[in-house]
Amino acid sequence: MTGTLLLLLVLAPLAAAAGSLLLRRARAAEYLNLGASIIAFAAAVLLLAPSSRHSFVYWHRYILLDAPGAWTILCTAAVYLLSSIYAVGYMRLLDEETRLPRFYALFATFAFTMLCGPLMNSVGVYWIAIELTTLVSTFLVGFELGRESIEAAWKYIIIVSAGISLALLGTILFYWGGSLVLGPTYNMTWAVLRDNASRINPMLLNLAFLLVLVGYGTKVGLAPMHTWLPDAHSEGPAPVSAMLSGALLNTAILGIIRFLAIADAASPSLMPRVVLVAFGVFSLFVAALFIVRQEGVKRLMAYSSVEHMGILALGFGFGGPLGVAGALYHMLNHSLNKSLMFFGAGNVMRRFGTKQMPQVHRVLNRLPVTGALWLAGAVAITGAPPFGLFLSEVTIMRAGLLTPNRWAVFVMLLLLIVIFIGFLNHFRQMFFSDKGGSALPGQQLNAWCVAPLWIALVPILILGFWWPAGLWHYFSVAAHQLAGGTP
Amino acid sequence: MLITHLNPLAASLFSLLAIVSLLLSFVMLGSRWLRDYLLAFMLESWLIGLLSAAVGYFDHYRELYLIALLTVIFRGMLLPYLILRIIRRLDVDRELHVVLAPSSSLVVGALLVIFAFMVASRLGAQLGLTGTVAVLALTVMLSMKLIGFLMLAVRHEAISQILGLLVLENGIFLGSQILVPGMPLLIELVILFDLLVVVVSFSVLVRYLLAHVGSTSSRELKRLVG
Repeated sequence: MTGTLLLLLVLAPLAAAAGSLLLRRARAAEYLNLGASIIAFAAAVLLLAPSSRHSFVYWHRYILLDAPGAWTILCTAAVYLLSSIYAVGYMRLLDEETRLPRFYALFATFAFTMLCGPLMNSVGVYWIAIELTTLVSTFLVGFELGRESIEAAWKYIIIVSAGISLALLGTILFYWGGSLVLGPTYNMTWAVLRDNASRINPMLLNLAFLLVLVGYGTKVGLAPMHTWLPDAHSEGPAPVSAMLSGALLNTAILGIIRFLAIADAASPSLMPRVVLVAFGVFSLFVAALFIVRQEGVKRLMAYSSVEHMGILALGFGFGGPLGVAGALYHMLNHSLNKSLMFFGAGNVMRRFGTKQMPQVHRVLNRLPVTGALWLAGAVAITGAPPFGLFLSEVTIMRAGLLTPNRWAVFVMLLLLIVIFIGFLNHFRQMFFSDKGGSALPGQQLNAWCVAPLWIALVPILILGFWWPAGLWHYFSVAAHQLAGGTP
Repeated sequence: MLITHLNPLAASLFSLLAIVSLLLSFVMLGSRWLRDYLLAFMLESWLIGLLSAAVGYFDHYRELYLIALLTVIFRGMLLPYLILRIIRRLDVDRELHVVLAPSSSLVVGALLVIFAFMVASRLGAQLGLTGTVAVLALTVMLSMKLIGFLMLAVRHEAISQILGLLVLENGIFLGSQILVPGMPLLIELVILFDLLVVVVSFSVLVRYLLAHVGSTSSRELKRLVG
């Protein structure tokens, strides 16, 4: 049963990709992709229940389904579903009818690679899956073929490939460390490394962990390795930006937390956690600086992603059941909310015909529904109550107060306030200020472009009021499984 | 792991190949001509292929012969050929704008090697491997990594950046042949993957050229800031 669901999960997007290439019709490709995303999402939801009981391995131990992995997959599938709905409306506005089948083929393949990543049990194959996501998404970032899009795609592939090659080096050092204990040839899975970590030389392990952290950190967009992120996120079409931000970054951070569990199992040394927390704080700091002075609307959202990846790094870095629970909860909230923000930004860009925030004003006059939803989303993403992100951020801070890294909580709080003011100030100018450049003529939006905003906002609101008890249990199982125990 | 009791002939052969590969990355660092980079990279890949075969022979790993073959075919022949074609088509043959003169980059490169050696020898001492070929392999692996990053940082021509990426990975290959010859599957896959990376970066590049005929220097790619 679980195996069938897994197959459905990964094969649906792949089939949609093949179908769009074969049929070569824009409309057919749209609906194929939409159908695949619905199937993938349903499968991801159904996979939660079995993964909360124990973890599964399949296919010569190459495939692993555990609670943290299933949760990441759920976030990915949710963003894939929302983006697929949105893409139907948005991509029609781009006037690229003939290239749409190719777009949807790439889009579905991108979703496929991201759904595969968390399932990889072999540390090396996980690296390959992450590298694959980069390769596929480069084309999506450069899809619009403008000068800036190509620039963004170029930076993306060069910086991320260079960064991730460090993760490969780290992976090889992990293998080497293991081979001194287990013999030259063994199957390097997460569990094998974790169980033998205490016998591996701690200095080698620390070096390997740092390399892996910097490597996958590049992909996650932790500052100062984030430099590709604002470009790639702002230059791709809006549904792609949502997928990059809401789904891709989570897939990469999962690798970091699995390596963190290995480093934890090795020694009680605090170094790995302190480094992760420091990266998190620095990401928040950089994001705060750039959010305050930002002019591009999608770049603003991109820096907000750097901020939230920083918060996730802090949550996992603080650790403990509370930290992991807060961070996993935050992962879902951020995925939903950031999709909403990118969709809103895409709508505003289309309706006003500009990417520059100073040229956008009185949004509510032109876009009453999108505008209101987008504004609510902006309040949510800055961590204000009554939305889910408030709960998860408070949980992460509570977790932090219990650790030796208490200083980070105060810095985090301060930076979050700065970001709150800076971020919402841009929205104040866009919504309620009359000053600004003249409005350009824009396009009319259709219902496909507005519906996903509703679908994203309602769960964030519900999750803000009500943290289901089942989820607490699920997160504690996830924390247990990461640490190698059985619940 | 046979590193600790390797026969002297094998140890010196491995060391020789590793050191010559490291020297070749200095050749890349010291030149401004794209064709020199390419030749050095090609030679380096051949040496790494040879190293794989040698490790396979001395340590009795059959699958390393396959890796040697793949390395020579893909990294030693196919990639250089593809890159050569692009160089001809783009009509660029050298770095026009140097951030760091070749002579200074050589000095920086040397410092990086010293740093890599310090890290490697400390690690080797911890693991009780001082004086073995493992320390050398680790040094060369880390230095080629650092030199690759240096090339990425100071070179602007798109081709040099791609070659910089490939040097990063050559370092990993070289080190992993000696350190973890038994690692299953991964290296083969990575070799194929590199080809994909290069093909993808090329297609991005070519699309860029098609869209806006002009320079391929990444100095021109500076619109997205802040």
